Amino acid sequence: MEFVLSELCEQVMTAHAGRKPLFICGGGSKAFYGNRHRGEGDGHNRLDLTAYRGVIDYQPSELVVTVRAGTPLAEVEQLLAGQGQMLAFEPPHYGPQATVGGCVAAGLSGPRRAAAGSVRDFVLGTRLLDAQGRMLGFGGEVMKNVAGYDVSRLLTGSLGIFGAILEVSLKVAPRPLMELTLRSEATESQAIERFGQWRSRPLPVSAGAWAAAGTGGEAGELWVRLSGAEPAVRAAAQAMGGDAVDDAQAAAFWQGLREQAHPFFAARPLWRVAVPPTAAPLGLGRTLLEWGGGQRWVAADLPAQAVREAAARAGGHATLFRPADGAAAPADGVFHPLSAPVAAITRRLKQEFDPAGLFNPDRMVPGL
Amino acid sequence: MNAITDGGVAAEPAAPDQEQIVAALREAVPGHCILYREEDTRPYECDGLSLYRMLPPVVVLPETEAQVQAVLRTCTRLNVPVVARGAGTGLSGGSMPHPRGVLLGLAKFNRILSIDPASASARVQPGVRNLAISEAAAPHGLYYAPDPSSQIACSIGGNVAENSGGVHCLKYGLTVHNVLRVRMVAMDGEIVELGSEALDVPGPDLLAVFVGSEGMLGVVTEVTVRLVPRPALARVVMASFDSVEAAGQAVARTIASGIIPAGLEMMDRRAVHMVEPFVRAGYDMDTEAILLCESDGTAEEVADEIERMEAVFREAGATRLQVSQSEAERLLFWAGRKNAFPAAGRVSPDYYCMDGTIPRRQLARVLSAIQQMEDEYGLRCANVFHAGDGNLHPLILFDSNKPDEVERAEKFGAAILELCVQVGGTVTGEHGVGIEKINQMCVQFSRDELDMFLAVKRAFDPLCLLNPEKVIPTLARCAEYGKMHVHAGELRFPDLPRF
Repeated sequence: MEFVLSELCEQVMTAHAGRKPLFICGGGSKAFYGNRHRGEGDGHNRLDLTAYRGVIDYQPSELVVTVRAGTPLAEVEQLLAGQGQMLAFEPPHYGPQATVGGCVAAGLSGPRRAAAGSVRDFVLGTRLLDAQGRMLGFGGEVMKNVAGYDVSRLLTGSLGIFGAILEVSLKVAPRPLMELTLRSEATESQAIERFGQWRSRPLPVSAGAWAAAGTGGEAGELWVRLSGAEPAVRAAAQAMGGDAVDDAQAAAFWQGLREQAHPFFAARPLWRVAVPPTAAPLGLGRTLLEWGGGQRWVAADLPAQAVREAAARAGGHATLFRPADGAAAPADGVFHPLSAPVAAITRRLKQEFDPAGLFNPDRMVPGL
Repeated sequence: MNAITDGGVAAEPAAPDQEQIVAALREAVPGHCILYREEDTRPYECDGLSLYRMLPPVVVLPETEAQVQAVLRTCTRLNVPVVARGAGTGLSGGSMPHPRGVLLGLAKFNRILSIDPASASARVQPGVRNLAISEAAAPHGLYYAPDPSSQIACSIGGNVAENSGGVHCLKYGLTVHNVLRVRMVAMDGEIVELGSEALDVPGPDLLAVFVGSEGMLGVVTEVTVRLVPRPALARVVMASFDSVEAAGQAVARTIASGIIPAGLEMMDRRAVHMVEPFVRAGYDMDTEAILLCESDGTAEEVADEIERMEAVFREAGATRLQVSQSEAERLLFWAGRKNAFPAAGRVSPDYYCMDGTIPRRQLARVLSAIQQMEDEYGLRCANVFHAGDGNLHPLILFDSNKPDEVERAEKFGAAILELCVQVGGTVTGEHGVGIEKINQMCVQFSRDELDMFLAVKRAFDPLCLLNPEKVIPTLARCAEYGKMHVHAGELRFPDLPRF
């Protein structure tokens, strides 16, 4: 077995024997995401996946790429771009050091999510390093596969609490032949309404966002991106209205949302509120809409309870995505508390996968 | 001592008999919801795979979610297994009854609760037929994308259980990609909501693992599906090739050129000869393989894409090309493909449909191996193929009245599935493992991996009473099947230290 892999197994088995926690990490670009654990600062208990890197297989005509977890996300995206392909869920990097393993474990998706699907929709298979130091394979490299439970998708976005993802096969997509971004003036409610009208029509919408104008008040700008074959994009642009945005400016805007480089995201605390896309404005404070209204970023220093209640009333949930510097996280964690039956299943899954509680304690649910 | 069997059930020594079960269920549901006379329970003895049959001691057909809860609580108390069933169109024996259990039919949950065009979603009960959702959404210009061939009959609850696909799933995804939320009752009677219309819920993605879990984790009582706008137009290109290899090449080139067809299907010579007299779709009878490739979108977009598809096919050596000129013709082109199974039933007393998925580049190798197996097992096989996503449906033709043909068909099927695993694929693309492919799970997964599936099962259903003895084979079964720890002919990670 390869040295890097045997080292990783060794480290898990040692931790298992000594009942010591292990904090799985890639490039650290998403280290801020989730709950902190007090023992995390100690570099000795990190299970560092960055050395286990490299593309295992890439077959453009099969629409699949299989990579080791430590492979830089940027490297994979560059490889795909060379063949006119992409990761359609537009994963945020949050730093040049972002790895594919971290991308899958964090489960975050970018502007195209509402149109194309999330990370888990593109995960075809994984290889897991479990709490006993065993390597287990789930799913595979084919698009249709219902042999056994879909454990790969369960691992996606599970923040490493079940084990370390070693390898992952992702479905890839061709890059659109053409993209065009339209911008128009709208209030938040007008934007939500318009997104709703477009959603039920056959339009090639690949991203929709709204941000308040810098001037205060209700005024804001609605941005919508069309992707597809040129005739379809042109016809849709005509039907939808709005001003065509220069390509470079449009690319910068969507990149700014994807990587949270847009000035809005400098605010702390920053809440991510997910609601049914048609939900009325939440009225929680400064807001930026993504995913056609389905994902709402809120920059307001409110008690966690207030944000969560507003989200729940609208049929959604809230995450304290980036806490204020130095502020204590809510006692029940940064994520929206799970319903009792979901929490019970989650605890039992953790107990089954990692009975000694080695991996990423507290990261997803405090005390788990 | 309890014996551990397939699917993780711990069988209790003194199982309650039919009379005791019926008496207890009368406390849970009205009497007319309980069937136990043989003439009433006989229709439930198998699903779409009639090779496997088991007469259920009791069938219960609840009418409300509260009744489902009461049934599950009662069965938990009695330690009686429960098998949920939708429309019964499954092709892997997934809803085959348990010999000492309750068959829980969800046919009465047949209401579409709401359709919301602005959020492009529909909330439906599990017994609603797949096609009925699209029909109800049609006035809003929307439809439900996954379209298994059985869509006129199969129910959405069953689709969730099996993660059903269809001919359009390359572009529009499988059930897992099109379900936003599932409301289910766990075996202990607790109601659990998985997923949400608000995307990317906190906690692990339980919905993702629930979809495709073959009724072993919970009983679905409500589903919220994503709807998509119906494209203005769809047209299909039909192309002939003088070898399956050339047709396979054409598929690879299409994908590599950046086209994601709305549907991409292949039929081999025998399949074409089987369906053409039945459907009269105008298929080319003098060819080795036919491809059906669909484009959808606006009129301009479709014209543009069809032109690109034709160019790719010509370059790949297509011997004949035909583009549908009307909606009627498009449906006719598809009719042959969608009726491949009934056509098989017409030319052969029995047929056995397999469901492996392979990396597409292995197509020629796999089809030629299947051809050799025809001689080996003395049976004919026609091949239809979801070419876009690598999902093969070899149809093994046999006659159950002839001595040992059933056994040969089963062995032939098993050999095909093992070949799929060998070339990097899987034993089931969309029909599920059920009871049918439980042996082949020993080939595809190591014992440790199978144990993880059991672990997932226990996390949802600690007593392992829901659809037990399916999907996950026991150690004993795999040992008997002789494939334990052997993956693709070799031990996986033989040099990995274990403890």
